[in-house]
Amino acid sequence: MTGDPHKISFRNVSKVFGEGANAFTALKNLNLDIADGEIVTVVGPSGCGKSTAMNIVAGLTEVSAGECLVDGHPVSGPGPDRGVIFQQYALFPWLTVRENVAFGLMLQGMDKQERNARADHYLELVGLGDFGDAYPKTLSGGMKQRCAIARAYAVNPSVLLMDEPFGALDALTRVRLQDQLLDTWSKDRRTVMFITHDVDEAVYIAHRVIVLAARPGRLQQIIDVDLPFPRTEDIRLSPEFTAIRNQVWRAVYHRDETAAA
Amino acid sequence: MSVMNDIDMAAPRREAWRPGKVFWGVLSFATGIGLWWLATVLGFSELPDPFTVLGRIVELALSGQLWVDMGASLRRVLIGFILGSALAVPVGFLMGWYKVARAIIDPWIQFFRVIPPLAIIPLAIVTLGIDEKPKIFVIFLAAFLSSVVSTYQGVVSVDRTYINAARVLGAKDRTIFLRVVIPASTPFILVGFRIGLGSAWATVVAAELIAAQSGLGFRMQQAQLYYDLPTIFVSLIAIGILGLIMDRIVVRAEERLTHWQERI
Repeated sequence: MTGDPHKISFRNVSKVFGEGANAFTALKNLNLDIADGEIVTVVGPSGCGKSTAMNIVAGLTEVSAGECLVDGHPVSGPGPDRGVIFQQYALFPWLTVRENVAFGLMLQGMDKQERNARADHYLELVGLGDFGDAYPKTLSGGMKQRCAIARAYAVNPSVLLMDEPFGALDALTRVRLQDQLLDTWSKDRRTVMFITHDVDEAVYIAHRVIVLAARPGRLQQIIDVDLPFPRTEDIRLSPEFTAIRNQVWRAVYHRDETAAA
Repeated sequence: MSVMNDIDMAAPRREAWRPGKVFWGVLSFATGIGLWWLATVLGFSELPDPFTVLGRIVELALSGQLWVDMGASLRRVLIGFILGSALAVPVGFLMGWYKVARAIIDPWIQFFRVIPPLAIIPLAIVTLGIDEKPKIFVIFLAAFLSSVVSTYQGVVSVDRTYINAARVLGAKDRTIFLRVVIPASTPFILVGFRIGLGSAWATVVAAELIAAQSGLGFRMQQAQLYYDLPTIFVSLIAIGILGLIMDRIVVRAEERLTHWQERI
């Protein structure tokens, strides 16, 4: 849509799960715009509704009030224009790595030869070129997640939604995958909404960090990350990075500290 | 890479372990038969000794009687089991996929599940006659009830994230069912087949004890009248071996169809 410069817009979005006395407000009046090609990370304590917000964009959860727009159109159900990468990888264990990556292409009716070629291209991209015929059970956690990323990329979504994708991985693998994600993004700029618990990760990969507060889940603060791309180790170790990191840290944890004291 | 190491190490380790397993199995079996022989020789028991039973096996095999009985029992089990499973899979999917179907069918399944199939035999004989029909029906019921529950459990326990992963890639309900629910529940279905085959086999022998003109159960019943212990032993051994072979076939099928599963 030409009228709306935003890729993703939350307009007064609320989400309530359950009814009556068991009702739980996961999100309350969320307003947020994400620009095309922007990387935003979403951080906040458990129960702040960050996964709910992502599932709304993905079309896996419906809003209770307000509306969520992607390319100016209200979201109605999931679609291949929005790729999702789940924390639990969600690779189909009965398919080979290549078949997993080609799954979305198969749904589009692409013939086998073409989709395998395309799957191999994306496997190459995430460094899994030699593992096309392997089954997911033989892969390590980091490799599984790279395969899931390749699967999401293969259908060429304009939005990537990542729900704590590196949360289950060791610190070293996590840093590598962050760099790989940025590297891929720099070649092919998509809009990324990335949920994480890790404050360093949130600052390192993002243009903006969205901090949510819990109970009810709501927007607390938006912090701009004024650091240049490409992000490098030098940036990660710079005082500017540390300053922003500390700012995010305070926004996320400060409330809890005062509450505990 | 670590993955390569895992693959390289897993294969030889398993092979090195296999002969040990076979060795202990054979040793255990030989010891059991030795004890049986010893017990009969020392006069602790009135049971026939292993050599008498072996002689009877040869005798019944040569006369063709053994094959006729095995064939009759096997035929009933296979027909009943195939019919039961063939119905159990679609019904199980229906129950797992549609909540309304589950609410309608489940009470019946739960009710019939607690009635032992053998308890149906008198009713089946009265209503279906004394030929093959009542036996096959009871086996069908036994196999159906075992398989339907595990198929339904399999569908219900398909991980939501698999379904969501397929949906966000653009899959609609039909595709999700064919490409996600069916493969994801295959391990459960095969476990159901295995249990179903076990209960089919258990049921056939009992059905033949009550009303039959052929089969391994019938042969035992006849032998009991004439105090023919070796023939009873032959039937028991045949039942055990056939049951074991059928179970192994299902296990092999399971390994081939669900080789992708992470096994502990």
